[in-house]
Amino acid sequence: MLGKLSLSAIPIHVPILVGTFAGVAVVGLAVLGLITYFGKWGYLWKEWFTSVDHKRLAVMYIVLALVALFRGFADAIMMRSQQALAFNGSPGYLPPEHYDQIFSAHGTIMIFFLAMAFMTGLFNFIVPLQIGARDVAFPFLNNLSFWMTAVGFILVNVSLFIGEFSQCGWLAYPPLSEKQFSPGVGVDYYILALQIAGVGTLLTGVNFFVTIVKMRAPGMSWMRLPVFTWTAFCSSILIMVSFPVLTVALALLGLDRYLGMHFFTNDGGGNQMLYLNLIWAWGHPEVYILILPAFGVFSEVVPAFSGKPLFGYATMVYATCSIMILSFLVWVHHFFTMGAGPDVNAFFGIATMVISIPTGVKLFNWMFTMYKGRVQFHACMYWAVGFMVVFTIGGMTGVMLAIPGADFVLHNSLFLIAHFHNVIIGGVYFGYICGMNFWFPKVMGFKLNESWGIAAFWFWFFGFFFAFTPLYVVGFMGMTRRLNHYDNPNWYPWILVAMFGAVLVLLGIVCQLTQLYVSIRDRNLPENRDLTGDLWNGRTLEWSTSSPPPVYNFAIVPHVHELDAYMHDKEHGINTRGAGEGVQYAPIHMPRNTAAGLSAGIFAFVLGFAAIWYIWWLAVIGLVGIIATVIIRSADKDIDYYIPAEEVARTEQEYSRQLMAQAAE
Amino acid sequence: MSEHNTTSSGESHGSVSSYIIGFVLAVILTVLSFAIVVTHSLSPSATILTLSLLAIIQVVVHLHYFLHMGGHSEHRWNNICFVFTIGFVSIVIIGTLFVMNNAAVQMMSR
Amino acid sequence: MAHDTTIQTAGHDEHHHESPVVFGFWVYLMTDCIIFGTLFATFAVLRNQFNGGPNGHQLFEIGGLALETALLLISSITYGFGMIAAHKNEINKVIVWLGITFLLGLGFVGLEVKEFIGLIHEGAGPDRSAFLSAFFTLVSTHGLHVSFGLLWILTLMVQLAGTKTIPERMMSKLTCLSLFWHFLDIVWICVFTYVYLASMI
Repeated sequence: MLGKLSLSAIPIHVPILVGTFAGVAVVGLAVLGLITYFGKWGYLWKEWFTSVDHKRLAVMYIVLALVALFRGFADAIMMRSQQALAFNGSPGYLPPEHYDQIFSAHGTIMIFFLAMAFMTGLFNFIVPLQIGARDVAFPFLNNLSFWMTAVGFILVNVSLFIGEFSQCGWLAYPPLSEKQFSPGVGVDYYILALQIAGVGTLLTGVNFFVTIVKMRAPGMSWMRLPVFTWTAFCSSILIMVSFPVLTVALALLGLDRYLGMHFFTNDGGGNQMLYLNLIWAWGHPEVYILILPAFGVFSEVVPAFSGKPLFGYATMVYATCSIMILSFLVWVHHFFTMGAGPDVNAFFGIATMVISIPTGVKLFNWMFTMYKGRVQFHACMYWAVGFMVVFTIGGMTGVMLAIPGADFVLHNSLFLIAHFHNVIIGGVYFGYICGMNFWFPKVMGFKLNESWGIAAFWFWFFGFFFAFTPLYVVGFMGMTRRLNHYDNPNWYPWILVAMFGAVLVLLGIVCQLTQLYVSIRDRNLPENRDLTGDLWNGRTLEWSTSSPPPVYNFAIVPHVHELDAYMHDKEHGINTRGAGEGVQYAPIHMPRNTAAGLSAGIFAFVLGFAAIWYIWWLAVIGLVGIIATVIIRSADKDIDYYIPAEEVARTEQEYSRQLMAQAAE
Repeated sequence: MSEHNTTSSGESHGSVSSYIIGFVLAVILTVLSFAIVVTHSLSPSATILTLSLLAIIQVVVHLHYFLHMGGHSEHRWNNICFVFTIGFVSIVIIGTLFVMNNAAVQMMSR
Repeated sequence: MAHDTTIQTAGHDEHHHESPVVFGFWVYLMTDCIIFGTLFATFAVLRNQFNGGPNGHQLFEIGGLALETALLLISSITYGFGMIAAHKNEINKVIVWLGITFLLGLGFVGLEVKEFIGLIHEGAGPDRSAFLSAFFTLVSTHGLHVSFGLLWILTLMVQLAGTKTIPERMMSKLTCLSLFWHFLDIVWICVFTYVYLASMI
């Protein structure tokens, strides 16, 4: 009846997990209690959970990403402290089977649920506003994508308290991840969580691709598209072409495990290297999916705080597109050591090195944008300049690893770990946090506290170097990744330095939380309010709306005359909003909120959980529930409504009054 | 307005005769493929080559007569997506075969 | 002036809201195409890994394959006739053609299931060898798509029954399904060529 699920699946004998569970339970109950106490359930349901508004979904994605950050970072600091303790005969405090789950969960969560969710949040908020659209092409699918991603994350976290998580690293290489060597439910949690979240990501890719192709405001030709939207476009394409490959790779691994097939097994003619080949044919484009939007953020932030247009817009676009194409052609550099011959390794090594050229073009473009500009060192600029330093180092170590001969020495060492954290923290994380500081006032209507933001940056910046420079060194000394304990005295001092770095990063995260807390607390102070909607003298269309923007974004869809549409309008005295005396507003056609996305998400959770535990009757219920939800939704005729013209006029006049009052001050 | 053609105007969704032409061509091509294999009339490598050629032609026939792909300007993005996808699928298939065959030869696992 | 722009843009925007469904579905199909491409690549790598078990030459029967192919090809043209009827707003004809397409598709899935059961009884199930794993996975992924298409056809038949006109939303659903159905036909061309016929040489 309950498949493999029994009381013994609850890890009551592991004190860390019991403590975590108690903590999560207390915090969770407190949050639920507060929501009930303030009577906010109806509000959350109506305005958030069932919302198809891209701006609301963006906020939910970023909240999800921040929760994932805490979970992923908790894993990280546990690993660092384990390695700092488990030296010279001491076993440390994490037994291998627990430690292995922690590093697997760390990678999985950081990539799929911190980085991907944060990126999708930024897409959701900015892309429709930048192209002058009222929503994405498929608002309902957008809501469904969010819930699929959230369900994936919940499944990963359920594995903490019911059963176990994968112990096979973040990509679950076979044959270790095969049933023969991992008979538990850990790998099944991994596979199903990623498959469900992957559906959400794939739909997001399709959604934004179609949005950008079909819903640009009149006059916005491709070479007038803001750079962030360009990067979102290229990322969406990469999502659409690479996530299906991930789906297949994980599905085949699942078939091996569930139905005893022989794709990647040792026996039966299976081939493990085929799994590596497939997973990296997804995995390499994946890192570009993440980094391209970060490049897009810098391309918006650097001009805004340098008071100049972006240097080399066209080269930026071409560089983005060529990175997109090249990222398909390099996947083998993740497994040079598998034993392919020199022709294969040389081809993929050279292709990898070639990527550094368009990336270099981008770096020079940002620096030339700052050159002779009036650079204001706002918190965003700290992250942007910090990125340039950190990312360049990471890029150079990447080119080192792209040399097959060098890779034979450094493969799977901590040098590799240092390299990819160097580009992912320095590039992706710095970029997204930079974007969060930049667009936060647009989303919420008030500023993020700047001094806490700068403090967070410095802790992250130095914390990063303290945590990862030692890993380059011990990598050269031969320390491999994922070690539970070791007894080489030469490594020990470096690992202690890395531990210190992790503590600095922890302080950085504390500063970020404080920043959020202080900003929300002081949100009503006059100097923190964003009344104009254009705090940074922005160049693109999102700054022409109020902060936060009205639900329909643009009462009158703007006409684009030039690259940097809003800046052009400001310079030529054109009112982008089309506001003024006697303007006739038309009723606006909007999609209606729906619970179908949440319903499909809940059934997906049921399906996933049941399949992990072999509870087949429940899995059937989950599957039928998803199909029924989709069919009922397709028969639903009440999917849209009109905002009356009077209401639009009222909202717009209110904003105009606010702008006038602001100008008079 | 340009989008309208794909859904409700007359020219882009085919007619009875175009479906029948497509069907007849598809039947001929399929029968040819089967016939080559059944009669063993060609050498194995020539058979593979001919089969591939017939399959490609039949895919084009289906795309043209059943999926109505063509040079209409409103289909431009559909065509771009399709060409791009074919390119990427080729990278995956050719790349995978290149890499896996090379590894098999080098590791003498075959 | 301001008045004019308002009306124009409102009209323009309206238009934007309606059209992307079919295009979006096409884009989704492209991602499906990559799923199949990856499965074909997997099959190509594993096609000679028989593990001492049977190979395609011994297992596949050309008669059943020809029948399956015929059913799918005919169902393509019957769906096409259904679309023509839909454009003429002849709802009863649409339902009849969809029904015929459904039966042909059901026949295809039935034959495939019969073939699979036969293979498993012969001891050539998907767990026998890597070749058979890849074969079953590729072919049944296509079969599952067809089955999903059957469910979709049924749903649309029910939604169409008793209506007088075909609204635009319904029309775009029918168009999406037609893309889906013809796309599966194209995948089948590759399956019978590279999986079945190429193994029988």
